Amino acid sequence: MTKPTLSLDRLSVGYRSGEREHAVVRDVSLQIAPGEAYGLVGESGCGKSTVALTVVRYLPRNGKITGGSVNLDGADVMQLGPEALRSLRAKKVSMVYQDPGKALNPSLKVGRQLAEVFEVMGVPPAEREPRAVEMLKKVRIADPDSVMQRYPHQLSGGMQQRVAIAMALANDPTMLILDEPTTGLDVTVEAEVLDLVADLRNEIGASILFISHNLAVVAKMCDRVGVLYAGMLVEEGPARDIFGSPSHPYTVALLRCMPHAGQTKTHGLLESIPGFLPPPGAQLSGCPFVKRCPLADGRCRAEIPELQDCGGRLVRCHYPDRAANLPPSIEAGDVLPKPPSEAAQILRVSNLSKTYGQGNHAIRVVTDVSLSLQAGETLGLVGESGSGKTTLARMLLGLVPPDPGGSIELDGRPLAGSLERRREDEVKAVQIVFQNPDSALNRSHSVARIIGRALRRLGGFRGTDLAKRLDNLVEAVRLSPRHLTLRPRQLSGGLKQRVAIARSFAGDPRVVVCDEPTSALDVSVQAAILNLLTELQAARAVSYVFISHDLGVVRYLSDRIAVLYLGRVMEMGPSERVFGGPNHPYTEALLSAVPSIGGTQTNRIRLTGESPSAANPPPGCVFQSRCPRKIGGICEVSEPPVTEAEPGHFIRCHISAKDLMRIQLQNKGGASTRRSVQSAPSVATLS
Amino acid sequence: MTDVDASHRQRRIHEVFAALFVSGSFVTGMTIVLFWALCTVLGRHLVPYDPLADDILNALAPPSAEHWFGTDQLGRDIFSRVIVGSRDILTVAPLATILATGVGTVLGLLTGYFRGVVDDVVSRFNEAMMAMPSVIVALLAIVALGTSETTVIIVIGLSFAPVIARTVRSTVLAERELDYIAAAKLRHENSMHIMFVEILPNILPPILVEFTVRLGYAIFAVATLSFIGFGLQPPSPDWGLSISTNYSMISGGYWWAVVFDALAIASLVIGINLVADGLQGALND
Repeated sequence: MTKPTLSLDRLSVGYRSGEREHAVVRDVSLQIAPGEAYGLVGESGCGKSTVALTVVRYLPRNGKITGGSVNLDGADVMQLGPEALRSLRAKKVSMVYQDPGKALNPSLKVGRQLAEVFEVMGVPPAEREPRAVEMLKKVRIADPDSVMQRYPHQLSGGMQQRVAIAMALANDPTMLILDEPTTGLDVTVEAEVLDLVADLRNEIGASILFISHNLAVVAKMCDRVGVLYAGMLVEEGPARDIFGSPSHPYTVALLRCMPHAGQTKTHGLLESIPGFLPPPGAQLSGCPFVKRCPLADGRCRAEIPELQDCGGRLVRCHYPDRAANLPPSIEAGDVLPKPPSEAAQILRVSNLSKTYGQGNHAIRVVTDVSLSLQAGETLGLVGESGSGKTTLARMLLGLVPPDPGGSIELDGRPLAGSLERRREDEVKAVQIVFQNPDSALNRSHSVARIIGRALRRLGGFRGTDLAKRLDNLVEAVRLSPRHLTLRPRQLSGGLKQRVAIARSFAGDPRVVVCDEPTSALDVSVQAAILNLLTELQAARAVSYVFISHDLGVVRYLSDRIAVLYLGRVMEMGPSERVFGGPNHPYTEALLSAVPSIGGTQTNRIRLTGESPSAANPPPGCVFQSRCPRKIGGICEVSEPPVTEAEPGHFIRCHISAKDLMRIQLQNKGGASTRRSVQSAPSVATLS
Repeated sequence: MTDVDASHRQRRIHEVFAALFVSGSFVTGMTIVLFWALCTVLGRHLVPYDPLADDILNALAPPSAEHWFGTDQLGRDIFSRVIVGSRDILTVAPLATILATGVGTVLGLLTGYFRGVVDDVVSRFNEAMMAMPSVIVALLAIVALGTSETTVIIVIGLSFAPVIARTVRSTVLAERELDYIAAAKLRHENSMHIMFVEILPNILPPILVEFTVRLGYAIFAVATLSFIGFGLQPPSPDWGLSISTNYSMISGGYWWAVVFDALAIASLVIGINLVADGLQGALND
């Protein structure tokens, strides 16, 4: 092997808090070869970002390297003086952070910020601007001169991240660190940024350290992968091997947690990983995964396993050959009943619109949406940011009054637009689980108080009745009574979301809106929350409106799906039809943008151009400005009709469903291959 | 449930205290404030002389072993007067600040939560109040209402309320956008419940800091009013009042008649500001 660009040797890092030092990274050794892309995956709190910060010695003040060394391009980073460290950061290594909106300076124009990078490198002033333009061209920005003149907030999230990447590449680094570069971006934008990074890999010689919690993204981008757990590298090897046949029980369990392509709730519950990550600084006397591992025995508890070589990969497990037979965390064949196909309609929404502002400044965020929800059914709402999903949900709840003209009906009776005018039983019938439990739970109230208040107000319970109901509800969401006395900040993200779910179920609701309930959670926790929602639905016959940008999750939970773009429903139909096609061109693009671990890349549909603003939607079909299937003038002039492709499957497009089907099959290279790719993993995991 | 709530609260309080006691500014400030608080309670028993007893023969004696801070123009012992002088100001200023905080918090909650017309009317009024120097406003009010400790408390309390209302309003504006407010509305909670049960506990830390900062200003304001003759009245050994009666002596070289009272005011204000600083640091962790 050639000399690695980056090599960590038995690196340990701790954070000081009060009197104690908490180990966060433990004994991590890894090498990244020149030009190699190395993915570091793991759940939150396992030390990924700390590793990245240590490479450039950017640890926060209370962070301390407690052992080991970092060698970057021949230099021992630990031994560098301030000047040498500065020069290393300026010339050899670059970082791209998660949130480009925060990583860019909001008060400097893009051109000025890019020029600054060249200034630090010592480029003469006259050359800085042309080189900045050149960098923007390199990251495929079509109109670099105008972007140079803009402020970061005038750019979309994807453009901002391109600019951040351009800045990172400006010094022609030998090491590029990408820390969750696409987390928080929409799928189509994520795909765009990942494509860019993949393209650039061929042009630049840099080694890449790619940090992500998203296994599929890492599988797509990286040559080799390291899996971190509790600050330890538990498995490392070529990406294909790790994702194809993982050897550490943690990796196996983690991969099983993701809803596989085609898997839905009717196939049964998702696998999850019971238990919790050891807290930072925990004294480990055995394997860090021992408490959550169904294979653990006495040796695992007594002895920390060493990383051992198992045919081209490293595994930190005493019994690497047993992982493949890891027993499932759920009973096989635990199949849930499908809702009756002819159930009563609970909620019906007709011609709902929402306009903010007035006159020339009016912005219509939801336009003429009609949909319905049956008892015990889940309707998935899919769309990118700005598509109006959340506003639509808030109108259902009565938090945002809709424009006059539309109507919401609950059990056939009209529902007032504003919450104040809804009756008690109407209010408790429609509840919500918010995306971010930190915002949704009152941080100064205890869990018992949060859930108890909801039971009192929505359920009308008092005294011992209330106490009994509280116990039942807490048990139903798999919290334990000892959680009752705690405040939200003492709970993990998954537990907080359980509290929020318990609250929303306090008054036996008919409809629960789930607004991205798992997007802030780790994969293993997400699986447990999705299972909980599925079980509650089966037990209580509640209907869900499930909003998510994660199509895998939506598919798992939804019976029917509505795809929104710029406040309009572009496609709506039964889940398997929406995923199977024929599709609206926008749905098609969304579906093809999702990275999958299987790694089979169908022909990607690339969306070009910026997503238009709701303040100024394109004439004709709102999607025409980005549509890869645009057929011509008609798309620009007239709004497309809604056609029923199959019974119950509606598409809003000028192209007929038959033609859409034909085009899309051609693009996929035949339906048969696609279907087999989709069904294979689900069969493998469920049998 | 209540027991455990209490135990949790204790733990949180314990954490905040731990953070406070490593903060140098809080410990220093608290030492100064506690010293003056002790003087307020026990002052009369600690001092060597009766602060009100005059001794004309010994008037304007410079600091000596007998009279550590010297004597004033009536021969009263200045050290005794400074120690005892904290009493009135440390009663009036905190009461005024409590009034200001109470009124300000309610106004801030109402304007921040309801916004709209309530906010427009109250906020414009508050801004008008804040545009005028509070001492001038207080002066006008005292002239109209007559001088008494109660008047001073009410006047300073009400003139400080707008500043606190503004701080509270801005924190409420951020708080009301959080989803737990929407969740409360989805339980049909009334506005009173949302403001005082849901929001208020979460904005107590900034209110506490604002209270401490305003307390420093209130001390200053009470001293100023006394100095111009509209606050505490003779024969109170109040610092501002003493400075007012003695400041004409400075030109004659009798500096001790003024300096020690001035230092006392300064030390108390600095002490309180150090406490505020420490609190802010500890509560923001």
